[in-house]
Amino acid sequence: MTALLAAAIAIVGGTVHTGDGLTVKDATVLIEGDRIIAVGQLPAPAGALVIDARGKIVTPGLIEAQSTLGLVEISGVGPSNDTDMGGKHPIRAANRVVDSYNPFSPVIPIQRVEGVTTIVAAPHGGLISGQSAAYDLWPDAEPIAPVAIGLNLGGRDGGARGAALLRLRELTQDARRYGKDRRAFDQNRFRPVRASRLDLEALQPVLRREVPLAVRVSRRADILTMLRVAQEERVRLVLVGALEAWTLADRLAAAKVGVVLDPSANLPFNLDAVHTREDAVVRLHAAGVPVALSTFSAHNVRKLRQWAGNAVRAGLPRDAALAAVTSTPARLFGLTDHGRLTKGAIANVVVWSGDPFELSTRAEHVFVRGHRAPKMHRQRALFDRYRKVPPPY
Amino acid sequence: MDGGSHVSRAPFALCLLLVACSGAQQAKKKLPYVPVPLDPPVATEPDALVGPLADTAPMVLIKDATLLTAADAQPRIARGWIRLRDGIISALGEGDAPAAEPRERVIDGKGRFVTPGLIDTHSHLGVYSTPSVWAHWDGNEATGPVTAGIRAEEAFWPQDPGLQRAVRGGVTTLQILPGSANLMGGRGVVLKPHPRRESRAMRFPGASDALKMACGENPKRVYGRHKKSKPASRMASLAMVRQTWAKARRYRNKWAKYRANPNKMKDGKEIPSDPPERDLNLETLAGVLDGEINVHIHCYRADEMLLQLKIAEEFGFEVRSFHHAVEAYKIRDILAERGVSVSTWADWWGFKIEAYDAVRENLALLTEQGVRGVLHTDSAEGIQRMNQEAAKAYYAGLQAGVKLTEHQALRWITMNPAWALGVDDRTGSLAKGKMADLVVWDRHPFSVYARAEQVFVDGILRHDSTAPQPPWSDFEVGQ
Repeated sequence: MTALLAAAIAIVGGTVHTGDGLTVKDATVLIEGDRIIAVGQLPAPAGALVIDARGKIVTPGLIEAQSTLGLVEISGVGPSNDTDMGGKHPIRAANRVVDSYNPFSPVIPIQRVEGVTTIVAAPHGGLISGQSAAYDLWPDAEPIAPVAIGLNLGGRDGGARGAALLRLRELTQDARRYGKDRRAFDQNRFRPVRASRLDLEALQPVLRREVPLAVRVSRRADILTMLRVAQEERVRLVLVGALEAWTLADRLAAAKVGVVLDPSANLPFNLDAVHTREDAVVRLHAAGVPVALSTFSAHNVRKLRQWAGNAVRAGLPRDAALAAVTSTPARLFGLTDHGRLTKGAIANVVVWSGDPFELSTRAEHVFVRGHRAPKMHRQRALFDRYRKVPPPY
Repeated sequence: MDGGSHVSRAPFALCLLLVACSGAQQAKKKLPYVPVPLDPPVATEPDALVGPLADTAPMVLIKDATLLTAADAQPRIARGWIRLRDGIISALGEGDAPAAEPRERVIDGKGRFVTPGLIDTHSHLGVYSTPSVWAHWDGNEATGPVTAGIRAEEAFWPQDPGLQRAVRGGVTTLQILPGSANLMGGRGVVLKPHPRRESRAMRFPGASDALKMACGENPKRVYGRHKKSKPASRMASLAMVRQTWAKARRYRNKWAKYRANPNKMKDGKEIPSDPPERDLNLETLAGVLDGEINVHIHCYRADEMLLQLKIAEEFGFEVRSFHHAVEAYKIRDILAERGVSVSTWADWWGFKIEAYDAVRENLALLTEQGVRGVLHTDSAEGIQRMNQEAAKAYYAGLQAGVKLTEHQALRWITMNPAWALGVDDRTGSLAKGKMADLVVWDRHPFSVYARAEQVFVDGILRHDSTAPQPPWSDFEVGQ
């Protein structure tokens, strides 16, 4: 049986934006199981479930690059909020969001119906927050983890910011030594270290450059410091929420460091972020820096396409804006089979009624790993219940 | 370019002077003591802008634009023109524009959309300014649950960089409210966003102050949970509110009686009596009972809004707008009947359990029912894209099958908030004689790509995308 014949779903006739810059008109996307098996001007195979996408736009499912979705049900309800490991210990490299993530959260379908199919769930807090994980928004999807280890830098009330760098250097050096001689550590022949064994172990993928440090940092000077430290310690970086990164666009491009930004951020939020610009993403992109967009939220992840639209409004080319919510976050976090409509990629696909960023557009079909996502979610159920008032109870 | 706006200052200062002088003279002549008059509950805006002076607002003619008027009479004029004079909309019409007059600035509106300036009923700009450092946290006096007498106006920092950003997003009127830590948090103030050195000079002339109230989680969290003080439950919150209104009613009656007859009889002679003691909290509430101050209540849950309406009924005042009100759709039939407006977001939700039952169709359902819906922001980010937020709520409604027009959705950010602030006779629609508060958009304002090209506030061009202005805020100078 050929691949074509085995296709379970054929999305036909749409204008396909692949997520990495290509546009194919009147194209077919073939899905089998959880994978895309073909994209192009092909006929729909017999027996496939045909989705008519004529006059519509087809894109990869959107990827939110930095989220707490699945980690928080209601932010203000402490026991439902697992974003921050808590405690006084600032080194939490071993903290894994996969131990907290709730794939059954009713918050998730509310985001998914708006075309978001994948998130990077990232922990908050501490100096080293912990290990983030990528999830496709389908209950039984296995996480891809770790995709990064979070680090927080910047001004703090009480104590110079340099103290954080001191801890970081100590930590990476201890972790490197640990990685070379675990036996010494286990046999108590190791010099005293402040980090736990699990933390030291968790940092090994960072030291091997398999996983980046996702650094929450804003101030230009701190970004420069971080670039220097990364070079010294030979680790990879992704800058997260780096509001002043645009001032160093060329340096970041040369260092191949990507940036995750909220394109709505344009105020001097604090004294680490005085030089905040609405067109920061535009300037970074123009300099060749990979840029991913983020809502930095759980409940508002569905605004991602609005944020992409706002980035376009600020001057980002449309293809770059689509890449910034698909292929670029996939690339920054090592999700090699995500974020693109191409043969072999995970079948996260959205059929839009029009321009995906436009407010009048709706996501008509959302596929996650080949599953057609239901349109029902808790807010829809509430709407239905109160379609007439007084309600029928 | 618009100096000299303090024209109304002199008479008031003069009046104060007269009082002081007459008091001194009376003391000398041993005339009966005349008490200092009670401040009227609505501030008299000694420095308020009384509309820009004729020579400061340019003469402007916008032609060949699509006018989205937000006025029921003619919501949409496909090819129209509009003329601004002396800070006022002097004329508008359909078809060919009249010939330009000398010194008149003509704006080619081809492909452009003109809407009324946008109005936000719920902003904390200036009281929670950026940079959001501790020193700028002036929105909540979280030292006691009843602080009705304090004024957002008196904490407002006119240098907040967020103000100019809001204007770039098309905002021409905004209400600055105290936060929601307190049951009765204080007075809000309605401002026009002009760059000024103090808040009083930004006051919307003649606009009533607001009383900001809050129900639900915030007061009981701030006091009960964090401070181990009252209120720790919704029961106590309601009781405290009811008790305070009862005091306010007595206070108001006491003053009414005194004003009706400030004298008393002694030894068969009528002599002036001492005025009742002033209480700033009760004075604000008395202003509400007299209908001079608008009530705006932060309230999420449907049942709690109904409780607040019950209290309002008990004490005889109107609730002008429920704010946030994510559950308003559940009681929209009652809200319609009571004539209460609802100020809410398009899709913000889930940050606490009382904000858990949000639906994106809230504004649409309210509008369908005949409730005045208001898109508010409560956010320095949201206030920069009110048009997008309204568009989201509009399309959410349409896609769910709620009957709704573009005109109704535009009113969520123009006429309806103007009504909630009690200034709908002055701004909020494109109509002859109204303040020249308007926005020229480069495309339909409900597009995510729409930009405000020109924003006029009182006829003054406060934002022009073709001629970027230097920062208004001193904070952003020389950084």
